[in-house]
Amino acid sequence: MRTLEQTTQEVLDLASQHFNVPAGSLAPEDDFFKKLGIDSLQTLEMLSRLENHFGIELPDYEVQGVSDFRTLASRIQSRL
Amino acid sequence: MLDLSKYQSIGAALKDALDRFANEVCLIEADREREKERLTYRDFQQRAHPLAKALQDAGFAAADRASIIMTNQSKWLISAYAIFFAGGVLVPLDYKLSPDEQWQLLKHSGAQVLITEYPIWRQLSMAPGRAAAANVRTIVVTEAPANADLTGAQRWEDFRSIGEPDFVPRARTDVACIVYSSGTGGRPKGCMMTHENYLEQCVALTSLYPFWPGVRYLSILPTNHAIDFMVGFFGPFTCGAAVVHLRTLRPEYVREAFSKYKITYVSLVPLVLKNLQKGLQARFNELPSGKRKVLNALIAVNKALTKSRPRLSLSRRLLKQVHEPFGGALRTIIVGGAFTEPQTLQFFYDLGIPVANGYGLTEAGTAITVNDLKPFRADTVGKPLPGMEVRILNPGADGIGEVSVRSKTIMSGYLNEPALTSEAIVDGWLMTGDLGRLDDTGHLQLFGRKKNMIVTEEGKNIYPEDIESVFEGLPVKEFCVFAANFIWPRRSMLGEQLVLALHLETGQSLTEELRRDISTRNSKLLNYKRIHGVVLFDEDFPRTASLKIKRNALAEQLAKLDREAAFLPL
Repeated sequence: MRTLEQTTQEVLDLASQHFNVPAGSLAPEDDFFKKLGIDSLQTLEMLSRLENHFGIELPDYEVQGVSDFRTLASRIQSRL
Repeated sequence: MLDLSKYQSIGAALKDALDRFANEVCLIEADREREKERLTYRDFQQRAHPLAKALQDAGFAAADRASIIMTNQSKWLISAYAIFFAGGVLVPLDYKLSPDEQWQLLKHSGAQVLITEYPIWRQLSMAPGRAAAANVRTIVVTEAPANADLTGAQRWEDFRSIGEPDFVPRARTDVACIVYSSGTGGRPKGCMMTHENYLEQCVALTSLYPFWPGVRYLSILPTNHAIDFMVGFFGPFTCGAAVVHLRTLRPEYVREAFSKYKITYVSLVPLVLKNLQKGLQARFNELPSGKRKVLNALIAVNKALTKSRPRLSLSRRLLKQVHEPFGGALRTIIVGGAFTEPQTLQFFYDLGIPVANGYGLTEAGTAITVNDLKPFRADTVGKPLPGMEVRILNPGADGIGEVSVRSKTIMSGYLNEPALTSEAIVDGWLMTGDLGRLDDTGHLQLFGRKKNMIVTEEGKNIYPEDIESVFEGLPVKEFCVFAANFIWPRRSMLGEQLVLALHLETGQSLTEELRRDISTRNSKLLNYKRIHGVVLFDEDFPRTASLKIKRNALAEQLAKLDREAAFLPL
């Protein structure tokens, strides 16, 4: 079972790969809309990738209003 | 289609539609690759009547107000029908607002009933704003887990009574819905839409874009939005068509839905349309050069053959590989909620996928103009719909002035705001605050706004006064938020931005610390509501006797600054 820290790190790694930004440039408290300059549609694409990685389903309502990696990771953690 | 001229209310028309099209499929609901539900109009009626009866048993009567806060799903429409059947006034609220914003509007609307989903209720029930909205007495929650604590709410699935409900007739002039066009920060603007507004709008829209049994509409825009309410509920239902709901809007499942459900129509906001364009363009670019040349030649042929009007069958044959991923049944993409770039519209039209762009306001009952595709004009927002009178007020030498509109679809007014209403509707004409010009062929072209607001590509209307509270306590002398184009007008509907005007204390400067403070506060706003930059002003803001900022006067003073130099991006 992953710890929340591990999940958070994997979320950051996957987001940096998906959006082609240097590994280590993203932090848990970063607002991903702002840091990555992405819109809501691109966020949905990232969520699909995260779902495939973690082997979970993350309903849209679970991530409604979430904009930072740490909260996103905790929503994923609760479904692992 | 039902002859809507014979009906007095939304409820009466829908009631007949459920009988007339009883065996037709009206709703399909899917969650990812799984189809969860498929209802005929008869099934729909059987789900809605026990709910209407339960509402009546709970004391809900004619003209009482009931709100729905839900994502797009079958229970949204079933609940709305039950409310109309019982003679109620529907208050559709945006599920993306914050819980406190939702409570604020629930209070303002005077809703006695709230119908919502469990994940939304989880947030709402804990929000401090709940205490102020004591008017909401009956709360019904869908899809709650078996062991969930509903804190005073009832389960939608159990909220049903045995026996037939009494249909409660309403008059055309009665209010059918209260739709909020803005105002979660300052003065909520609840547009009171009458039954006549919807009946007339439906007749006008379906005269250009008809529905019939067998048509399938993919409902993606939130149903609380005027467009989806009309083309994803009332329009298709009065014609016996089917509505498809997806519980997740991930692009891969949306794409799959087109072919799986043979979608006929879909409504999108410009942002999603542009994303589709990008995806298609990337696919085209990946083709080997020979195939690419063939595709370009076919597009050129299609373009020439569809110059005067769309020819769907021909386009589908010519550009089979483009049309197949869209299911092969798509007739039109309806785009609304914000301005769409002409090149995006033209891109799709050249592929044989007509995009019906238009222009409208909630206050005008959805659409004022729509492109009728005869011929397609990407550079305009179309011609006024049947029954709409559009005129340009005080046009300049270039013919550009404020767009005003008169029709039976215009709201009766803003709830509890007679002064705002009389500013918005003058002698029966709705002042839109948008700048436009009618060309020789009667097409409307838009050239920016007169009003202090922006509309994002996601179709969100953002009013500066609604987001100012997040900057309260900022260590500056005074501040005010504006739409940048309101200060420095541009003849464009694209790239609209919000700017924070700051008057610093004597000797104070825009330090990194202050910037960080502004950014931190800004990030508390939903991403589409955030300001884009700051402008510094070193004089006292003009104020009224009651010390309210005179926004227009301040904007005039700020306009003297050079935009490029004064606008400091965050």
